[in-house]
Amino acid sequence: MLELNNVSKVFNAGTVDENRLFEKFSLSVSEGEFVSVVGSNGSGKTTLLNIICGTLRPDSGKVLFGGTDITYAPEYKRAKRIGRVLQDPKMGTCGSLSILENMALAENKNKRYSLGRAVNRQREEHFRSLLETCGMGLENRLGVLAGSLSGGQRQALALIIATMTDIDLLILDEHTAALDPKSSETLMKITQRVVTEKKLTTLMVTHNLRFAVDYGTRLIMMHSGSAVMDIDGERKQELHIDDILGKFNEISIECGN
Amino acid sequence: MNFVVNILIGIVEEGLMYALLAMGMYITYSILDFPDLSVDGTFPLGAVLTGVLVLHGVNPWLCLLISFAAGMLAGTLTGLMNVKLKIIPLLCGIIMYTAMLSVNLVIIRTGTNGGAIASFFTKKTIFNSVPATIIPERIGGFYLRTVIISLILVIVCKVLVDLYLKTKNGLLLRATGDNEKYAVMLGKNPGSMKIFGLALGNGFAALAGSVIAQNKGSADQQMGIGMVVLGLASVIIGLSIFKRVKLLKGTTMVILGSLIYKASYQIVLELGLPTEWNNFIKAVIFLIALVIGGDQLHKLVRGLLKRPRKEGENVRAE
Repeated sequence: MLELNNVSKVFNAGTVDENRLFEKFSLSVSEGEFVSVVGSNGSGKTTLLNIICGTLRPDSGKVLFGGTDITYAPEYKRAKRIGRVLQDPKMGTCGSLSILENMALAENKNKRYSLGRAVNRQREEHFRSLLETCGMGLENRLGVLAGSLSGGQRQALALIIATMTDIDLLILDEHTAALDPKSSETLMKITQRVVTEKKLTTLMVTHNLRFAVDYGTRLIMMHSGSAVMDIDGERKQELHIDDILGKFNEISIECGN
Repeated sequence: MNFVVNILIGIVEEGLMYALLAMGMYITYSILDFPDLSVDGTFPLGAVLTGVLVLHGVNPWLCLLISFAAGMLAGTLTGLMNVKLKIIPLLCGIIMYTAMLSVNLVIIRTGTNGGAIASFFTKKTIFNSVPATIIPERIGGFYLRTVIISLILVIVCKVLVDLYLKTKNGLLLRATGDNEKYAVMLGKNPGSMKIFGLALGNGFAALAGSVIAQNKGSADQQMGIGMVVLGLASVIIGLSIFKRVKLLKGTTMVILGSLIYKASYQIVLELGLPTEWNNFIKAVIFLIALVIGGDQLHKLVRGLLKRPRKEGENVRAE
């Protein structure tokens, strides 16, 4: 489904700050997998996602998506089949548009943005039912500007928006990191439900080891551009946070945090 | 008394005509977050094109449409510079404006056999031909025809812009200006929307140039001086004064802003300042608008210097 073949990426090449983040890094994600990625700061988690989504280009290597080589495809074209929720709650929605307008805009993804009316009253019921599942009362606030929502609400809306249309891959880039513990917990539950319901192949980067252990079918721990741990199947099901904490502390101390 | 009313009519007349420019700058600066300096060149583009075309007997209403289209073309070029060549908005505007100085001069020279000004006082304009002549020239002793026609034009444009901003395409334009990444995530190239928004903004600038030239009965390159400052000041005044008024649309705010701008400009002139100080007044009003505009100054500076995003660009490792 998603494959990275011998991907290399160097930052600040040729300067004293040169950082060879990835050297011939390979990763393969099968359809239906929910992969949690953890790792120390600077281990390449976010860079990995950026290379998959096209925000960054690898210096060498290939990115294959559903069998097609997308290494040089522009970000917006890849986005047609990829849903994304980023760390910053402001990025996943448009703050100056209402919830209703945001959803109408997102529902039209991959269709023509014509001169037809954007907001169709008949779709309101459908939008409401989608929002209801978040249990945040957003379904009664369709007319409210997305910019006036709290971080947790806005991320939940961003998640709904990212998964509204038919996508092949869901990318969650530390999407709970900017939220308080309780909102993070709620958002993870919503995430789990959406992913299961739509049977989405998912790649989630997180700083929260417990989320990585509790959610997902596979866990990858990254360190200086390589996967130092890759657990899936039954072993992942039985995984306990203590099993990975030792390794995580080891790599975290190594890079000084 | 009549004297005061006539001044007021003059203010409303010009305020409404310049509101067309302000509406264009509202689209580029406020919605698209792209403060566009090329209007100093595209406003007179509309004016000189209209001047030359009217002299050659083209229907004045058709001139409005041609000016709008020409403005859109110029705006497209500004957009392409930004999107394809990754040039910051500030420089795109300066480059476009400088180039338009020659383009406008060529148009006027070609259309007037080498002249530097197109005068068409005796020709038909939108203000003195059918269907404008349905409106009596004087109502209750006052010359109101120009005001009425300007008002109709502004209302039509305002309604069209408002309707557009509610379409799928309009919503995408608003989303692009607000959060480019969001447009990308919707699978759309934000660059195309930016180019279109700039085309629209400059279309309105050229339209304003056309209307004002028709009102004056002449057109020249000089008409473009200070248009950026005038347009931005109107937008900032309108948005900052009326931002707390609920249900008032952005387009209405900038039309009111344009009227307030024109009124303050006229008041200073009426106080006896010689007309050669007109550009000085424009600059000072703009300065005041920036000071009272609060975070608008920050938005303007950030917008002018915003570096276009490169596809697959190297950013620091996180």
